[in-house]
Amino acid sequence: MTKQVTLTIDGKQITVPEGMLVVNAAKLAGTDVPVFCYHPKMEPVGMCRMCLVEIGRPMMDRTTGKPILDEKGEPKLQFGPKLETACTNPVSEGMVVLTQSEKAKAGQKSTVEFLLTSHPLDCPICDKGGECPLQNLTMAHGPGKSRFLYDEKMHLAKNVPLGELIYLDRERCIQCARCVRFQDEVVGDPVLGFDERGRSMQIVSLSEPGFNSVFSGNTTDICPVGALTTADFRFGARPWELQSSASICTQCPVGCNITFNTRREAMSDGKIVIKRVMPRQNEEVNEIWICDKGRFAYHFAESKERLSRPHIRRKGAAENRAEHPSQRASWEAAEELAGEGFLKARKNLVVLASGRLSNEDLFNLKALTDQVGGKAVLYSDMGGGNLTSIVGVGLGTNLGEMGSAQKGKIASTIVVMASDLYEEAPVWYLRVKQAAENGATLIVANPRETKLDRFASFVVRYAYGDEVKTVQVLTKKGKIGDAFMKAENAVILFGSEGLGLEASTALATACARALNDTGHVGKPNNGLIGVWPRANDQGAWEIGFCPVEDLQAVFDGADAVYIAGADPFGDGALKIKGGKSRPFMVVQDLFETETAKLADVVLPAQAYTEREGTFTSGERRVQRFYQAVPALEGTQPDFAITSQIARQMGVILEGTSASVVFEIMAADNPSFAGLNYPRLAEVEPQWPIVGRGDVYYGGTTYENRQGLGVQLTNAAQRGEKVSLPRVPKVTALRPKEKKLLAVPVTKLYDRGVTVSTSVLLDQRVGEAFVALHPNTAEQFGVAAGEQVTLSLDGASETVVVKMDGTISTGVALVPRSMGLPIRGPVEASVKIAKKAAVR
Amino acid sequence: MAYVLLRHREIPELHKLEVYKRNGGFEAFKKAVTQMKPNEVTDLVKSSGLRGRGGAAFPTGVKWSFIDNKIWPHYVVANADESEPGTFKDREIMENNPLQFLEGVAIASYAVGAKSAYIYLRGEFWKIAAFLDEKIAELEEAGYLGEGLFGTDTSLHIYTHLGAGAYICGEETAMLESIEGKRGQPRIRPPFPAVHGLYGKPTVVNNVETLTNLPMIVANGSDWYKTMGTPDSAGVKIFSLSGRVRKPDNYELPFGTTFRQLIYGYGGGVQEGRPVKAIMPAGASSSFIIADDRVLDTPMDYASVRALGADLGSASVIVIDDTVSIDWVISKTVHFFKHESCGKCTPCREGTYWMSNIVERLEGAHPAQADVDLLLSVARQMQNKCLCPLGEFSTMAVVTGIERFPQDFQKAGEPDTARLPDDLKQAVSHSV
Repeated sequence: MTKQVTLTIDGKQITVPEGMLVVNAAKLAGTDVPVFCYHPKMEPVGMCRMCLVEIGRPMMDRTTGKPILDEKGEPKLQFGPKLETACTNPVSEGMVVLTQSEKAKAGQKSTVEFLLTSHPLDCPICDKGGECPLQNLTMAHGPGKSRFLYDEKMHLAKNVPLGELIYLDRERCIQCARCVRFQDEVVGDPVLGFDERGRSMQIVSLSEPGFNSVFSGNTTDICPVGALTTADFRFGARPWELQSSASICTQCPVGCNITFNTRREAMSDGKIVIKRVMPRQNEEVNEIWICDKGRFAYHFAESKERLSRPHIRRKGAAENRAEHPSQRASWEAAEELAGEGFLKARKNLVVLASGRLSNEDLFNLKALTDQVGGKAVLYSDMGGGNLTSIVGVGLGTNLGEMGSAQKGKIASTIVVMASDLYEEAPVWYLRVKQAAENGATLIVANPRETKLDRFASFVVRYAYGDEVKTVQVLTKKGKIGDAFMKAENAVILFGSEGLGLEASTALATACARALNDTGHVGKPNNGLIGVWPRANDQGAWEIGFCPVEDLQAVFDGADAVYIAGADPFGDGALKIKGGKSRPFMVVQDLFETETAKLADVVLPAQAYTEREGTFTSGERRVQRFYQAVPALEGTQPDFAITSQIARQMGVILEGTSASVVFEIMAADNPSFAGLNYPRLAEVEPQWPIVGRGDVYYGGTTYENRQGLGVQLTNAAQRGEKVSLPRVPKVTALRPKEKKLLAVPVTKLYDRGVTVSTSVLLDQRVGEAFVALHPNTAEQFGVAAGEQVTLSLDGASETVVVKMDGTISTGVALVPRSMGLPIRGPVEASVKIAKKAAVR
Repeated sequence: MAYVLLRHREIPELHKLEVYKRNGGFEAFKKAVTQMKPNEVTDLVKSSGLRGRGGAAFPTGVKWSFIDNKIWPHYVVANADESEPGTFKDREIMENNPLQFLEGVAIASYAVGAKSAYIYLRGEFWKIAAFLDEKIAELEEAGYLGEGLFGTDTSLHIYTHLGAGAYICGEETAMLESIEGKRGQPRIRPPFPAVHGLYGKPTVVNNVETLTNLPMIVANGSDWYKTMGTPDSAGVKIFSLSGRVRKPDNYELPFGTTFRQLIYGYGGGVQEGRPVKAIMPAGASSSFIIADDRVLDTPMDYASVRALGADLGSASVIVIDDTVSIDWVISKTVHFFKHESCGKCTPCREGTYWMSNIVERLEGAHPAQADVDLLLSVARQMQNKCLCPLGEFSTMAVVTGIERFPQDFQKAGEPDTARLPDDLKQAVSHSV
């Protein structure tokens, strides 16, 4: 354990670990030392000079090494001639800190006065006004009266886009470098910098496109003035008009804790709407950060295209859609029709649902399926969720805390296998990077270069298709095998880079076996994590939904299909085959998707922002989300719709309270045993202390008062016998001569509905592309930037060629959700696109 | 007395290797490498009493002994950024006696176990950098630099590095940042470079003049060195004399030479025979000393000048006569520091900008007494709060100028509120 030292801050004695900075010790003692440049998540730089305090240290006798005592027997203190910065000085035994002395207060006042000489004082039109550290500290420490002539103020540009997402007001900037340091230290994307010097010093973007980082929004939270604002919230509302409600981000399996800020406003026809998404502290999940997709891609629920009334097609009309368009119907009529169809189908009912739905929704869907003996299918192309229930990371796992014995942590190894975390689960990228910087051995195995490679101890490249073999070798042989086997703690994150269902299932099994064989299961910071495509895929697996290899066959073989939270026809995962009779289809969704257009019954569901529920993250943490805005009139939560259909079928399922559904689930499913909503809402003190009134210390991140969530135990941790399946044999696809092996990869900004409804992020999506090795491109006679026709699986599309020298030849990387459907490795060809005929 | 540093003034073509060798060149380095242990070199320099010539006057040998021997590699960096207005000594050394300087770099590197040494030159010294590069190449050719020196396993490579002309890069930690390819901005100290320096490794940073002393100390011994100067300030110093003197120049003199000897004996006195009004002994960073007979007879060593309420610093003696008003002088220094402030810390970035605004008002049509008071207040408010010495330096001339020469700051006018809207005139208060 770290040595503890006792010091006195403003007369209050406190004992803290050796090496802690005075500013943090003061915070623990309940004294807020004012800061601008200091941030508890970054290295101190001592440049703003706001945290000036008096520090006295006991005078030591050089010969004895003991403190010199005064006549009263108290240690004699030596105060330096200068004020010292509380943010750069570590605590020491017997130290006395005065933050409120005349001298200290004069120092703090002088810094505020200096800062204000250059500040425009435009609080009335500033987005930060009301939650601004400079404003607060001016009220607390400022001189109250200006000695600086207002008309001698330096005037600078007030709306400088650093990129499409973040704007800089150069006048307001106080050059604290928090944003620059955040990008350098926390993210490892040094895309911001300073230009010029002295009073002319200014923040600039060094990247093309501007501020090229998926974490850019966080800089606006930690900016201590209104210099950095998001294009989304800029001039959007005053902070004091905003209500806040706790939620969970649904963009990826990390499960970042967020806060929705809402306001009722005239410009939205008097509705209560979400004005911004802010991170909410959960040090074991997202700390105080969120990615830009989570921050900006929330507009989908506000869309005017939302469904608000059930629609039905008369019986038998589905065969001839054109003649029998669907019509508006009452909930009762729609549910009756659905129930009837499901009862008729019995075991030939297929329920297809995605990880976009909450645990409660999925539980009710599964219960309905089981009642008739139907089939519950997870809409996903990634397997292995059954294994994470057995050997998933244990209760108490905290990726960011992993490290090495040298850095005061436990020797740990993290393997990232077939995943580009920066694109697939950005906050896990931050967490894994942090673990590596804490000394954890990071092994990144991927067929191409990813951003995480820079922080890895070992980078492993393998050919697409060799995933299983790679895991089996790297966890057992050589230096890498030693690092994995001998580590006290080991975690494997596996993704679906280049993989479909069959191969990802095989990969997951190989990873699970490697962990189990080396005893890295059933303990905190040990086990398997799936980098799932959707937020609640893990929850769906826990509840009993599994993906199927041949979705089309399952669909074609069904008598009735109940689809919730998925658009397989829009995604190209399902096709209507001519001539065959189509199963009876019930679809519940937010939008009239391609799938909904084909349905016999369409039921309008509520967005997760309009109701409460829980999600299970990739780390198997169950977390609550709360209602943020009133539900769109005419919609209902998915679990309630399912319950009402069930009632039509004579089955009673809870349909009014999400928390009761959860309790029923907890009684039924050993993974969730013992959990309930109050338990999920519990919080513990977290460090650093953020939020509250002193926004200057940790930024405008919200303090977590609504629940840190609870990690599920797994079979290994419960002491149950772990029996893992054999690794299924997968035959790698070997493309024919003159053909390419096309493999799917995931991009954060894709053409999914959440990004395409975000005007801001849509600008970052870019064009559909195929990435080739330069040699492959040469072989096929295409060049970078050229338009080509990419054909796979019977479909083709015009895409742009990009080069990636880190992949093997003969491979074509095709991004998921960017136009051309791709569910797994497939044969493909490219040829130069025909130029449009000149008129 | 024979020159110790400006030996080129009596030995023609000393910059040529064969001339330098003929005059004992590289014997000292050879002696150190072949006959002395590194710590013996450090001890010798300690006992010579050599103190840093860049301005801080820290004992050189003591600085070397702080280097952390648990962390390797070590680096030596020669500070050739010479940017202080009024300082022009390092330039003369490097242009005319470069080999003695390079030998000094080599000796220091040997003493602290550095296998790489960097010479950081201000951007304007690009010609000197090219000249030093030539000399370094010659020395490598001749076997005085490179691998396996003098048949031992000692090796050393010296590299020049050009800055882009920022004054702040003369501050040692800003210089290290600049060499690393980052913005030239000072780091928080501690940790000091001896523990966490270039690329995070233990580093010794010495001034050009300091290093140029080393070959002579190693060759002739510390007792010889201490025969010059005073007990507190051993050896010789190059005084860069400028201002209103007849013969501004570099003068290599033993410490303890009086201001009068320097200004009247060597500098030929003040132009037009006018009296000395004020002395800035350390360039633009200096405090003003009121020049009277007692001051003129004060020996120039670190302690004696400190007793006058100033620092000898790099000994860039600027002489001001009675034709010059001190408020004009500080308008120059304040402008300089505003221009050179790196912007990293608030008091310096904002304070120099604010002071420069006030000084402009004082130079304008409506100089007001209230502005003088405000200027003094702002300068005092900056003191002891800045991240690095630059901000502190910027206040020296302002505070001592106003305090010691109040007659030059008698301003009759009222605050210029004419340009302000009526409702703001009342609001503007220059009260201190």
